[in-house]
Amino acid sequence: MSIFIDKKTNIIVQGFTGKFGSFHAEEMIKYGTNIVGGVTPGKGGQKHLGLPVFNTVKDAVKKTGAVASILFVPPEFAADSAMEAADAGIKTCVAITDGIPSHDMIKIKRYMRRYSKKDKMTLIGPNCAGVISPGKSLLGIMPGHIYMEGKVGIIGRSGTLGYEAAQQLKNLNIGISTSVGIGGDPINGSSFKDILEKFEEDDQTEAVLMIGEIGGPQEADAGRFAKENMKKPVIAYIAGLTAPKGRVMGHAGAIVSAYGESAVEKVELLKECGVIISKNPSVMGETVKLTINGKKN
Amino acid sequence: MDIHEYQAKKILAGFGIGIPRGGIAYSPENAEYKAREIGGSKWVVKAQVHSGARGKAGGIIICNSALEVAQATDKLLGKKLVTKQTGPQGKIVHRVYIEEATDIKKELYLGLVFDRSSECIMVVASTEGGMSVEEISKEKPESIIRSKIEAAVGIQKFQAREIAFGLGIDSKLISRTAEVIVGCYRAFSELDATMVEINPLVISKDEHILALDCKMSFDNNALFRRNQVSELRDKAQENPNEVYASDRGLNYVSLEGNIGNIINGAGLAMASMDMIKLAGGEPANFLDVGGGATPEKMVKAFKLISQDEKVKVILVNIFAGINRCDWVAEGIIQALQKIKIDMPLVIRLAGTNVEKGNKILKESKIKYIEASTLEDAANKAVAALKKLKN
Repeated sequence: MSIFIDKKTNIIVQGFTGKFGSFHAEEMIKYGTNIVGGVTPGKGGQKHLGLPVFNTVKDAVKKTGAVASILFVPPEFAADSAMEAADAGIKTCVAITDGIPSHDMIKIKRYMRRYSKKDKMTLIGPNCAGVISPGKSLLGIMPGHIYMEGKVGIIGRSGTLGYEAAQQLKNLNIGISTSVGIGGDPINGSSFKDILEKFEEDDQTEAVLMIGEIGGPQEADAGRFAKENMKKPVIAYIAGLTAPKGRVMGHAGAIVSAYGESAVEKVELLKECGVIISKNPSVMGETVKLTINGKKN
Repeated sequence: MDIHEYQAKKILAGFGIGIPRGGIAYSPENAEYKAREIGGSKWVVKAQVHSGARGKAGGIIICNSALEVAQATDKLLGKKLVTKQTGPQGKIVHRVYIEEATDIKKELYLGLVFDRSSECIMVVASTEGGMSVEEISKEKPESIIRSKIEAAVGIQKFQAREIAFGLGIDSKLISRTAEVIVGCYRAFSELDATMVEINPLVISKDEHILALDCKMSFDNNALFRRNQVSELRDKAQENPNEVYASDRGLNYVSLEGNIGNIINGAGLAMASMDMIKLAGGEPANFLDVGGGATPEKMVKAFKLISQDEKVKVILVNIFAGINRCDWVAEGIIQALQKIKIDMPLVIRLAGTNVEKGNKILKESKIKYIEASTLEDAANKAVAALKKLKN
């Protein structure tokens, strides 16, 4: 098993016919993702990459049985598209879009409160690399070939730092069950804790590598969750040791504004929760290896 | 995006918040005229820089005559103000705000921020105005009132009243105080702000509620729909290299060290900086050229880093994902043909086609130090720096 997606998951692309959407839709199809169509309002009825285009997400869901979507819609319209997906019955929506206003993110999350837990869509991102379950499906923009299939789950905010981790693991012959990018925004769809919860339940995953960074409370929340609810080991690296207080480090959410939000403070807290710390970003892979081997002995 | 105090005051006044009479001035003569226009016998001349803690840095001067206002303005204009928040490089004063002095009875604190835990807008208030919110939480944590506002329904009058009562406001001023709180909330939510802070919010001796000093910051991601806010940007208050970068779509933050960084992705950039620090060096900057690391972006990045005088060594770390290391290598070579670099250059490529990329670099004429891992790159950059010093 993997989390969120597998070979059979029917997936649609929101913002399908745009440059960015088209490029990544092709990459996903090449990887083996079961893309069944896309949505671009006003272009319904057309074909794109040999697949049907729909005007609304509801139409697409009805005609294709899609349960997951990936969103490449520009930031001005992205919140609207995410809510449309939620309303159409999409179960997992990955928002790649970078630059969605925080007020819009709050709006999406409030909007989704109207659904019962069973019917509620899981939003992943925005401003993220998406989800990959190596060997099965890619619902994201990551380079598939650096991910080897295996037993380690990855959750991270950053794209390229996540790739770095996957590459380090691959070099050590360690595979990945699913890798989830939750994105660099201050208010996001799924938190580290939300994804940890999924990995704990997933029988393919044996350990989880969490790649956090400065800013916000989510790494600490995840640490507490791991301590109280998880049997699987969690390994973490927190980026931003050298980041000055009060400055945004690329990701809109990477800003130290309160106590407990710096890298040093997060590392301390995670250690207290029994999370294994990768002492620098160059040894994320080795730290995972030592942890897994330790568990076996 | 940050704005000046006088701009924030003007915005808040539009949402019904009382402010002392005042005006902006660009010269001593201008200031003297403004003081007479405002009237009264006591004024405050306030340096307009994007920073708090201006008082302690000598940026706020109390004057008892229009002549003194002119003299204070003369003293402040063009001055580099170094506050606790500006860093040692300080910020230059290009304009001052002349304001009538207020006889203060009580100083309060009022702030609004996003609360990332609850994903609500949080109102923070305290009776200990005048101190920074960090100082208040350290010294008088019991004085802090916090109220979470559901953004979907907005602030309710009772919530504003509860805060006002919590501040111990005299009953005849309760509804006026509540209006101020509601006004701040509206400004926050209607203008896509990320912070509104009035400190101090004062009750004057003649029982008026006035915002004596205030600060507003805005969500950069929402500026596309807030023209009236975008117009308030004052690039002169920002680090020139940071302005250069942001105008060219680069994510850049200037830092104190001397190892310049060119990296793709914010997380990888922070991680590389961490490695530099662990290797015993100090990064000169944070720079994310974007996941793709296109040749055009690389040219801009090299130009930006090479114009930073602090930089003694450059570290390039690119993880090629969807793009390929051989393209990135070509991009670097092209960039270095346009931008002359005469300092040690460490390059670490990783990801797709890394062998090809390294081969292209090796066969080119560029002088550089090849690195394999994140750690190797940081160690080599620090070693190159040490060699320069010897």
